[in-house]
Amino acid sequence: MIVTILDVVIAGLLLGGIYALTAVGLSLQYGVARVLNIAHGEFIMIGAFITWWLFAAFGINPLVSLAICGPIVFIIGFTLYRTLFTRLRTSSASPAAFEGNSMLACFGLLFIIQNVAILIWGADMKGYSYLAFPVNFGGAVFAANRLITLGFAMVIGSVFYLFLARTRLGKAIRAAAQDPTAAGLMGVNMKQVLALCFGFGALMAGFGGTLISMSYKIQPTMGLEYTVIALIVIVLGGLGSIPGSFIGGLLLGLVGSIVTYIQPGLSLVAYYAIFMLLLLAKPTGILGK
Amino acid sequence: MPILEGEGVTKYFGGLAAVFNVDFDVEQGEVLGLIGPNGAGKTTLFNLISAALTPKSGVIRFKGQDITGLKPHQICRMGVARTFQSVKVFANMPVLDNVVLGSFFGTPTGVSSADAVREASGLLEFVGLSAVKKARAKDLTLANQKRLEVARALATEPELLLLDEIMAGLNPTEVAQAMELITRIRDKGITVIMIEHVMKAIMNVCERILVLHHGEKIAEGTPQEIATSETVMKVYLGEKARAGG
Amino acid sequence: MDFVSVVSKRSFPLGSLLLILILLATSPLYAPVYTVVLLTSIFMYIIITVSWTMFSGPTGYISLAPAAFFGVGVYASALLGFVLPLPAIIIIGGLASSCLALLVGALTLRLRGIYFVMFTFGLVELLLHFVLWWEVNITGTTGRVVPTVGNTTVYYLMLIIFAILVLTAYLIRRSRFGLALQSIGEYEEAAAHTGINVTALKIITFAISAFFMGAAGAIMATRWTYIDPRIAFNPLLSFMPVLMAIFGGMGQLYGPIIGAAIFTYLEEFLITRFPYYYMLIFGIIMVVAILYMPDGLVGLMQKLWKRISEAKHADT
Repeated sequence: MIVTILDVVIAGLLLGGIYALTAVGLSLQYGVARVLNIAHGEFIMIGAFITWWLFAAFGINPLVSLAICGPIVFIIGFTLYRTLFTRLRTSSASPAAFEGNSMLACFGLLFIIQNVAILIWGADMKGYSYLAFPVNFGGAVFAANRLITLGFAMVIGSVFYLFLARTRLGKAIRAAAQDPTAAGLMGVNMKQVLALCFGFGALMAGFGGTLISMSYKIQPTMGLEYTVIALIVIVLGGLGSIPGSFIGGLLLGLVGSIVTYIQPGLSLVAYYAIFMLLLLAKPTGILGK
Repeated sequence: MPILEGEGVTKYFGGLAAVFNVDFDVEQGEVLGLIGPNGAGKTTLFNLISAALTPKSGVIRFKGQDITGLKPHQICRMGVARTFQSVKVFANMPVLDNVVLGSFFGTPTGVSSADAVREASGLLEFVGLSAVKKARAKDLTLANQKRLEVARALATEPELLLLDEIMAGLNPTEVAQAMELITRIRDKGITVIMIEHVMKAIMNVCERILVLHHGEKIAEGTPQEIATSETVMKVYLGEKARAGG
Repeated sequence: MDFVSVVSKRSFPLGSLLLILILLATSPLYAPVYTVVLLTSIFMYIIITVSWTMFSGPTGYISLAPAAFFGVGVYASALLGFVLPLPAIIIIGGLASSCLALLVGALTLRLRGIYFVMFTFGLVELLLHFVLWWEVNITGTTGRVVPTVGNTTVYYLMLIIFAILVLTAYLIRRSRFGLALQSIGEYEEAAAHTGINVTALKIITFAISAFFMGAAGAIMATRWTYIDPRIAFNPLLSFMPVLMAIFGGMGQLYGPIIGAAIFTYLEEFLITRFPYYYMLIFGIIMVVAILYMPDGLVGLMQKLWKRISEAKHADT
């Protein structure tokens, strides 16, 4: 009995680690850069597919791919912000209009990226096996790749937390998240910071994609579900709170694991039930302002 | 019976008390001034009365009825209307349409389209905007946009009108016109509460004045009493000179 | 929108409208089957696009749920196709979508617009997962068959729904409620203080718009004949109406209609010639439209017209 509970809890953390990572990315993009990136899942998908391709074509270790995919997706995100979204910012009549316009632009990007992926890699499911051997952990058995995923999610999360807390750029980002106008007046190069945040958000997505590809099969259409889950997580954690997204991700992963144990296939329904409860009772989420 | 009463009205933003334990009553037909330095809680008090915000504690009564917890549109239909500190006209709609909305939705009973248009046209004349009836609201000058807000508020047939810094940003001629408009509104039998920084207007138009500071009521009385009150002068030292009062 | 001249009866090309309606009503008699089928698809997209614009246009609350409402209608046909006559199914499909919209609206429309966007975005994926789970675990089917009705019947049914919708959208626009919806989009707080029950109005309008999407779904299901959850709940059907409305221009009623007509034809063309590229092309058009066409095609034409007439006057 205890083994089963441990099973479910750890499986929840494994899932939650990925949710947390991708949600932090989305939180950076919406909370700071104010772009509701509904194409977030597509960036995850790109990370996953580049990893698979590097492994299948060149035998490159997925953990090494983290260092390749991350920067690639970061550059895509950063460039997109510097070109498309900066342009939109100036042409939008108000901040509210910018939020709407940028979200719709992301809607377009969703279909562009998905189509490009299908053109390059085809529409079928892909997968590869890496470190799939079982590991015994406290009596319960887990695939090694999933444990490594959790480990990396934690490492990436901690490194990023330290980055935000200790470095100059990190502090600038936190300032920009709190009060963009004040931050600008204090000498923070807002254009650069916002683009970097969006890029970092994409970076998280890329990492997430790499880690996902290690444990699950992937498809060009996989992105939408992850986007929806990330959206629910950032509401759960509190819009605008980056630590909130991390905690929210882990929590939702736990919920998902429990629900999958009881009734597989209903996890997204359960997440939406939580979404609805939040909207009714506390839309600001756990750590939201 | 006073038309509006407040007992112990309190509102917190985070840990800060924006309005703290404020009592007030407003007699029917009077023009009450609400003054105080920036951040004193004046607009917050308006927001609490018009139900844009809900008080943490305390009661607000309109015509004897408890209105705490109602929604803004309900308060409006009961007979309380307001203007906003930063003008909130419906920018892309014609001036007449802005006012007509008040006639349609601001009253508890229905009204036909023709009557609504007639009422709205009449109100535009009352505030002096007949010439720009068909213009887009965003093309109006600031002074005219403020007049439009007043017309829209009057279209909802209020018994109580809350004016939030209606003279901010107006030149002396426009200030005089605004003062005259308020007097005409009062003559129609509508009770007026006005937040203002322009002391000349407050002193000349208001019959009574309420002073807020850091969310608390610190003085209340006739313009003469307030002008000579030491408490008020201490708080306003500097403000008075700036407002040219 | 000028209420005053609307009240004083603005001249409307009623004659030409009637002519178009008669042409449309009689076209199955003389037009080739391909045209009838294409027109049916155009009606479908016009219905979804115009109903989307009916709510999201004036209020500024961007709904990403059309695919969900449409899918509910499709599933109504899938479930009841052999049990009830089609007209009843259409009504039921529409009402079911409305009920869903009422629920979604009651949850999200009291809050900031961003929650509405997020909730409606995930709705189609949620319904897909739920119905998939239900079909696999409870009913044990993975696909359902819908009884066919002739192309002509489908055409006329769509034409009727299209006509009712355009009439409804037009009447709402011209009414005090249309004005109120616009004021919500301009300054919701001020609208509330002018006596408008903003939440109720938003929810009701949202529900009305969902009805037509559901009805359209119920009809189109008969043309597809085989329905499974993935066919019914397709995210592309949330994207296309938004694209069509933005491209066409949301200021006037005919903007979304023009956008829908153009893109349905474009979609037909692209799916046959470049089946692997159409999503890419539409995505690019969306981004371009957001960047360079804030008022859509109609807005662009109006600007052009203004420039031409100003140039004309400058010459005199």
